[in-house]
Amino acid sequence: MTDTSPEKLQRTALFDLHVEMGARMVPFAGYEMPVQFPGGIIAEHLHTRSRASLFDIGHMGQVTLAGGDVAEAVETVVPGDIQGLAPGAMRYTMLTSETGGILDDVIVTRADDRLTMVVNGARKAADLDYLRDRLAGRLEITHLKDRALLALQGPRAVDVLARFAPACRDMKFMTAQAMSIEGAECMVARAGYTGEDGFEISAANDAAPGLARLLLGEEDVMAAGLGARDTLRLEAGLCLYGHDIDTATTPVEARLGWTISKRRRHEGGFPGADIIRAQLAEGPKRKRVGIKPSGRAPAREGTEITDAEGRTIGEITSGGFGPTVGGPVAMGYVESGQAKPGTGVRLMVRGQARAGEVAALPFVPPRYHRG
Amino acid sequence: MSEMKFSEEHEWISLDGDIATIGITDYAQEQLGDVVYVELPQVGKQVKSGDDMAVVESVKAASEVYAPVSGEVTAVNEALSDAPDAVNSDALGAGWFVKIRLSDPSELDKLMDQAAYAAFIAGLG
Repeated sequence: MTDTSPEKLQRTALFDLHVEMGARMVPFAGYEMPVQFPGGIIAEHLHTRSRASLFDIGHMGQVTLAGGDVAEAVETVVPGDIQGLAPGAMRYTMLTSETGGILDDVIVTRADDRLTMVVNGARKAADLDYLRDRLAGRLEITHLKDRALLALQGPRAVDVLARFAPACRDMKFMTAQAMSIEGAECMVARAGYTGEDGFEISAANDAAPGLARLLLGEEDVMAAGLGARDTLRLEAGLCLYGHDIDTATTPVEARLGWTISKRRRHEGGFPGADIIRAQLAEGPKRKRVGIKPSGRAPAREGTEITDAEGRTIGEITSGGFGPTVGGPVAMGYVESGQAKPGTGVRLMVRGQARAGEVAALPFVPPRYHRG
Repeated sequence: MSEMKFSEEHEWISLDGDIATIGITDYAQEQLGDVVYVELPQVGKQVKSGDDMAVVESVKAASEVYAPVSGEVTAVNEALSDAPDAVNSDALGAGWFVKIRLSDPSELDKLMDQAAYAAFIAGLG
């Protein structure tokens, strides 16, 4: 998860707070980010599943897109149904390339007359170039550099946030609403990257430290870092860009075909539509699957997957220890004929074949508030 | 048991006769974070100082553990297979990794004592 680029690392609005709380800071996506706090990754992970944790995700890019035909214009760069988004509704989709690869996975929100897009930190410069290249002249594209992003995740998140913003209680999963929290104007989204109920809160950089301290002051809330964010999303079966999905992976191979609506499948009109539609119709040659190693040894990214005879059938793209599962968990790509849950595989860990099997994703059932 | 010795790779060695008990230091476990898996060598294996001897996996990553001394592995800490977190909770005790019968006791002279190791890790910042 580290990025060793020699460029000077940036800091989010919460940097000083992280250091004050004893975080271990690491380079990630061009930022100095907390990988863990003194409690450690497992404690932070389990706390998120049982109560609530606050994550700094201010390294991610927040972009607004405005213009007369904004939804139609954005549909020329993503396969998701953007025209069908009701005000306040959010959609998970991808920026795709002409070859059907994934340039980034993004969340698009309809905010009245404009759209907002949250993009991955490591991809935001490339995404902005791509969006401006494709949509210049049609849309006004603004990178909201002055806004922080916090994620409050876990089953108690709603009770905690409702003390300061009661309206959040009535929100459904994948909707967003503007609200004031202790005087700070925020855009609150009921969404996240942990498999738990929770919120992502966008606020001005100068309001963010106060907001973070406010939420961390609640007994149910602890600070959590990128390490726990990674184990939580892996158990929840969610893709990490640059690992589980990238420019050489299509949405269909990644089993993200559910994000492409019937209308978009029929009409096309997004980059790589021919390839993606052909894969939707015929099935991809390989698919993203869960992999459960049988023993205790984690199978990490890059681990070769073979069948029982030792023939290579795929590779692990994310793997580690799942604290809620209580053992190793992984995901990767295998040949489509080997993708059924329960299929026995071998995992080549340090030159040694270890048993495992294809597992249904997610490893931990999601607890989103679908209302 | 003699006074503990320490390597620059953050292993500790405690000598009893010609048998060295080896583990990783508190500093090392702290740096690794939550340990979730330890892969240990076979008893009877001959190791040379500097060889890969074991693998310790935290939530985040797998790290090699190098043999700080040469000799034959006479015992491994089987308890770590079910309770790898002992490396975090008791690195210098219940979290030991292996016992090695020394083939070259003079290798111990290259290792640090407690004070030298404390100064060494202080210098790492």
